[in-house]
Amino acid sequence: MLPHLNFAESNLDFLGKRKITITISLILILISVALLATRGLNFGIDFTGGTLVEVGYPEAVELDPIRETLAEGGFAGAQVQTFGTSRDVLIRLPPSEDDDDPATLSNRVLNALQDGGPDDPDLRRVEFVGPAVGEELREQGGLAMIYALAGILIYVAVRFEWRFSIGSVLALIHDVVITLGIFSLLQLEFDLGVLAAVLAVIGYSLNDTIVVYDRIRENFRILRKKGTEEVMNIAVNKTLARTIITSTTTLLVLFALAFLGGAALQNFSIALIIGVIVGTYSSIFIAATAALLLGVDRQVLLPVKREGAEEDQTP
Amino acid sequence: MRNSYPAWLYALIVVVILGAGLYAAPNLFPEDPSVQIGNPTTGEIDQNIRELMGTILGAQGVTPHTVEEQDDGQILLRFETTDEQSTAAEILRNALDDNHTVALNMAPATPRWLRAINGQPMALGLDLRGGVHFLMEVDLDAVIGTAMERYSNELRGRLREERISFDTVERGSRDLTVMFESEADREAAESWLQRQYREELVWESRGSGDTSRLVATLDDDHLTELRRQALQQNISTLRSRVDELGVAEPIIAQQGENRIVVQLPGVQDTARAKEVLGATATLEFRLVSESGDAQEADETGRAPSGTRLYHERDGTPVLLQRQVMLTGDYITDASSGIAQDTGGPAVFINLDGQGARIFSRVTSDNVGRLMATVFIETSTETVEEDGEQVMRTSRSEEVINVARINEPLGRRFQISGLDSSREARNLALLLRAGALAAPMSIVEERTVGPSLGQENIDRGMQSVVIGFIAVMIFMVLYYRVFGVIANVALALNLIFIVSVLSMLQATLTLPGIAGIVLTVGMAVDANVLIFERIREELRNGLSPQAAIASGYDRAFTTIADANVTTLIAALVLFLFGTGPIKGFAITLSIGIIASMFTAIIVTRAIVNLTYGRQRRLNRLAI
Repeated sequence: MLPHLNFAESNLDFLGKRKITITISLILILISVALLATRGLNFGIDFTGGTLVEVGYPEAVELDPIRETLAEGGFAGAQVQTFGTSRDVLIRLPPSEDDDDPATLSNRVLNALQDGGPDDPDLRRVEFVGPAVGEELREQGGLAMIYALAGILIYVAVRFEWRFSIGSVLALIHDVVITLGIFSLLQLEFDLGVLAAVLAVIGYSLNDTIVVYDRIRENFRILRKKGTEEVMNIAVNKTLARTIITSTTTLLVLFALAFLGGAALQNFSIALIIGVIVGTYSSIFIAATAALLLGVDRQVLLPVKREGAEEDQTP
Repeated sequence: MRNSYPAWLYALIVVVILGAGLYAAPNLFPEDPSVQIGNPTTGEIDQNIRELMGTILGAQGVTPHTVEEQDDGQILLRFETTDEQSTAAEILRNALDDNHTVALNMAPATPRWLRAINGQPMALGLDLRGGVHFLMEVDLDAVIGTAMERYSNELRGRLREERISFDTVERGSRDLTVMFESEADREAAESWLQRQYREELVWESRGSGDTSRLVATLDDDHLTELRRQALQQNISTLRSRVDELGVAEPIIAQQGENRIVVQLPGVQDTARAKEVLGATATLEFRLVSESGDAQEADETGRAPSGTRLYHERDGTPVLLQRQVMLTGDYITDASSGIAQDTGGPAVFINLDGQGARIFSRVTSDNVGRLMATVFIETSTETVEEDGEQVMRTSRSEEVINVARINEPLGRRFQISGLDSSREARNLALLLRAGALAAPMSIVEERTVGPSLGQENIDRGMQSVVIGFIAVMIFMVLYYRVFGVIANVALALNLIFIVSVLSMLQATLTLPGIAGIVLTVGMAVDANVLIFERIREELRNGLSPQAAIASGYDRAFTTIADANVTTLIAALVLFLFGTGPIKGFAITLSIGIIASMFTAIIVTRAIVNLTYGRQRRLNRLAI
């Protein structure tokens, strides 16, 4: 049997340490933004356009002869790398302006490899994305992110209060920016799958944040005598066990996916793993702090009387 | 205090679980390697062909274990092994004529009683079963050029007929210009033209004196309609061509304003698929110039003025008039049959209303003359050049048929004088499948080979199973009896996802599997929230029964809020995402909704049945 995480009596002062936690987060965000501005993301062909051909060889192959074959075949700028195993080779070709017929590029590459390469490869996968489609996917991805945030902002504002709404979106932006920053730092490929993962991180991290906010709201109702900061601290402490256990189970599955799901799902799972860890951190250290700094207190949440909205606003 | 649900709720839970299990069940049965035989021309397979197939296959020792007739008239032959399947397909391809398609297929071996209640296994995406996904962009602006060509031909004829004096009709890329000798001529023509082409063309007067002219552009609504028609026609053309390729269960659908998605499961020869799909073919009818000497023109390479040199399929040169009588745009249908007058093979062509009007006019003027049917095709094909494979675009214009106009032709007419009924069938097929209303190009391709598809399934399943087991072990170690209850809910959740995916026939993709895996991780969250709450209430001194009731109650709003927000994110992914993102969003949404049911209601029911009846409950194994 596992020892129970017992935070019932714990009274860790998360909000009291807010100067430290906020400083850490701000530094991480600044570094991430700087990385995104200078190195940028390593966009996959989903977003840049281009052609990707994955071929499987019967035995492990050297990459240099493949590169030579492709150079001879006139495929300048082909990037060649192994994918997953040393028998699988991934060839990336940037979108080309002067190719009359980009749609058949993959067939020509495969023919060149089958005729001249070291061994006779099988076609495993082709992805061709026209430049216009790539741009659209990038646009749609950005839009999806904005719409998701807007939808969440509205729901939380309706169910809680606008300060919580802003707080939760701040926590989300925090998580997304740092996740993207790590992707930029490691120059991991950012494709449609990773975008889906980032959007899932939004959902997940929000889930965490809402649980904490829900408890804050409840505590204001029950703990009538305590101050705002203390009430919030108790809420974070009471939800701590749940936050950690849920993150653990989710991470268990994500690690299974990262190690066993194959190369195709690797970046997807890495993005989620980073996102879940950052999201857990933010729901413990940032979400409540943000609410506090935005001025959430008992009066905001539990207005004295329901009739007369003006009354609520009087201090 | 006791915890219990009313009896009807227990009954409902059992019914829902049984229903989910029933509709998830088709996924347990393996797939049969099968061969699908179709005849796109007639839509059904003759009895003698069926007998022939049985005899040939029997002689080669590859007898199918089941033969089924499908709703669409195709015949499905199921085999035990993939070896038998490919041998049989090879034999049948050689034995059957071109009108029959032979496609390889993995047919689900769903038992009859499950199919009777519409039980089907999940549809697997191309990344899991292998195949090609094309996104084709239609150049809809090309319809303007085609329309202008058609109108300028038509105007010349009609203005002459109406004895309206004009100088020339010139076609621009987006407009056409009618030149006049004087402003008076222009005015006379304008009112007639305005009337005749009221909803199609917009006229504008320009210039004066001997530069007087009328410039026509397409009416906006009419253009929209032309574009819509062109896209629809391209889709139906693609469908016919895909039928010719012999693909089991293809998907061809419009996406956005000017794009078409084509998904061909199991197709490996993408080069051939691109050749066939990308070919832009059109049809034209022209009068044969019987005065000129075609043989001489062929030798000298110079055609008399007003004519152009063409060749028939056997290489015979033929001179045709430059002016087109009718383009293939107006053909709505073509079928093969027997000519009523001669009893020989014929192709029956149906025109739309406008095409019928034009054709009846030009043919009544030319009864007794020869008319040629020209097949024009622009295609990219792979050719061998100096031992290398080279793709090149080529345009071929062939006279596929020359026939005498016996009477004025209208909406429906026949092209006779064909060599054989087989040729008639082929011509009808070409006419139906051949013409693309506007050129298309492939803007996105995703091809997954069969080995990778299987690998994706295996790896995806493996990570689901391992992740699942890891979470289950953790839950039992941490929450003991309640952990076991949560695990039952988790397993049910998985069954629900599978059954809903099967019922909706939503496509399961690799990102979809990732969504399931993530749901497994997150579905336990609801139970974690509830169990932590129960523990807290126990610590607060509540009795076990009261702690259970209060834990479920208090956790509920939290769970609901948390899940609704995640659902919003998933919904946005579904609405704005494409391809892989959509697949992920579908399984995530289904998983979240299912987890609300399993993690809250089902676990509560089990807890009630386990602990709820015990009057003296002192402690909980939580």
